[in-house]
Amino acid sequence: MAAGLQQLGKPKTRLGKRLAPYLLVMPGGLWLLVFFLIPIFFMLSVSLQTGNLEEGFTMTWHFHRYVEVFQQYRPQFVRSFAFGTIATAITLVVAYPLAYWIAFHGGRHKTTFLFLLLLPFFVSFVIRTLAWQFILSDDGILFGTLKSWHILPQSFHVLATRTAVISGIAYNFLPFMALPLYVSLERIDRRVVEAASDLYANKKDVFLRVIFPLSIPGVFPAVGDYVNASILGGTNTTMIGNIIQLEFLQNFHYPVAAALSFILMGVLLIGIFIYARVLGARSIEEYV
Amino acid sequence: MSVVLSQEAPRRPAPAPASSKRRWTRLVLPVYSGLVLFYLVLPILVMILYGFNASGPKRVSFRWQGFSLFGYAHLFAKPDLTAALKNSLFIALVSTIIATILGTLIALALVRYRFAGRTASDFVLFMNISAPEIVLGASLLSLFVSFGIPRGILTIVIAHVMFNIAYVAVTVRARLAGFDRHLEEAAQDLFAGPWVTFSRVTLPLIWPGILAGGLLAFALSIDDFVITNFNAGTTQTFPLWVYGAVKVGIPPQVFVMGTLIFGFGVLIALLNVVAQRRRA
Repeated sequence: MAAGLQQLGKPKTRLGKRLAPYLLVMPGGLWLLVFFLIPIFFMLSVSLQTGNLEEGFTMTWHFHRYVEVFQQYRPQFVRSFAFGTIATAITLVVAYPLAYWIAFHGGRHKTTFLFLLLLPFFVSFVIRTLAWQFILSDDGILFGTLKSWHILPQSFHVLATRTAVISGIAYNFLPFMALPLYVSLERIDRRVVEAASDLYANKKDVFLRVIFPLSIPGVFPAVGDYVNASILGGTNTTMIGNIIQLEFLQNFHYPVAAALSFILMGVLLIGIFIYARVLGARSIEEYV
Repeated sequence: MSVVLSQEAPRRPAPAPASSKRRWTRLVLPVYSGLVLFYLVLPILVMILYGFNASGPKRVSFRWQGFSLFGYAHLFAKPDLTAALKNSLFIALVSTIIATILGTLIALALVRYRFAGRTASDFVLFMNISAPEIVLGASLLSLFVSFGIPRGILTIVIAHVMFNIAYVAVTVRARLAGFDRHLEEAAQDLFAGPWVTFSRVTLPLIWPGILAGGLLAFALSIDDFVITNFNAGTTQTFPLWVYGAVKVGIPPQVFVMGTLIFGFGVLIALLNVVAQRRRA
């Protein structure tokens, strides 16, 4: 009886098994297709149109726009990549010893340290940046106090400078860098790392296989950020994100804004391609 | 900072390698790590502190003016701020439920089946997570603009589900990795149908992973600024309102609400930790 039932059910189960993964992926996959992948093509399409908000936009295949916007906003592009790279490098240098210490010397309080590392996630990103504005402001608790004690000159200021923007970005990405670093370091066999004989080879290995792959993807979100530049920066720290935001939401120059975003997307795609080529496609699977 | 300097200053000229390494791990690294952790929580302390700054109802001043409970006593005195907070909570709730279901299904497919398109799915998730938020926001707005879809709560929910699916899928998948499939097979051997197997065996086992993914999605949604800014139209959420207020001045209620959200989030996280410890 039981055998008969199983045999009857078999062909159906096999087909079901083959279809199952597709049925599971489909709803979420469709959502991502319609609202993540297809919009990228619409962004490309909008970027090649001409017109204005009142009269509407028409497709004119205006490829030259890419040259125009790149030339016009080259300083902001360069600045964004510079800020993003510097901030990522600083974050890596600051986060690595911390992750190393928690992973290998955290002891009984490991969970507590990890919890502290997660605390910023419980405060809104905008409010955290705002708090930095309060900390760094000329007459705030930090510099205001130091100035009243005559430790700092009255003319000293950090807010509205490059330093403020870069450190703001670095602050925001610190937990994002430290947590995956911690997880990877934890996985590495301690004895291998501490083995004195091939210490050099191992350190190089650890850097190339673990730390470098983990820090590269951090550059991309940093480049697109504009909240730090807007709250902590001044007129000469404008990043490409500020321009995209301004053109899209205030000036309604949709094609210009779309072209700028698409350049950012293109650089990201090239970055991911090189990343996958150099480190192997598996690294992406492991990263995700 | 000065702690490190003063500790390092009297260092002997040529310390033995072993003792210098020990000093490194016993002293320098812990002090350094403590300073970095302090740096991480510093803005949180500032937020909590400035919620008590007695600088009047209009805007919190950079300068410390004394202790006051004004912000707490008049928490909902700004109707538009309260409305923005309500919008944020509604959007976070709805988008979390949708994204958690869709993301969990993807995670199940990725962990248990080898199928054509698996690598492509991985790639899409990776791209979605590592793409600059501004590109996600701008491209989605391009879609809405092209079809003349008015922006509002609905488009914000669509956007939040879009960026949360991948995070949920990745979180649930990480928790699913150690899942013992024999338990399901055992249930099926005992003639449990697929639905009974799922609801009685699979779901209870993967529930902690789903909960973690859902909490992450909620936190990301309530916090999101960039993508929301692009797809909100005139609708306000809590982060959008705060950002808008930066230029005109931040009322004390903002810091108080931030503090309360923080306290609530920490409380839930601690309860989750306690519950898991008890289970284990």
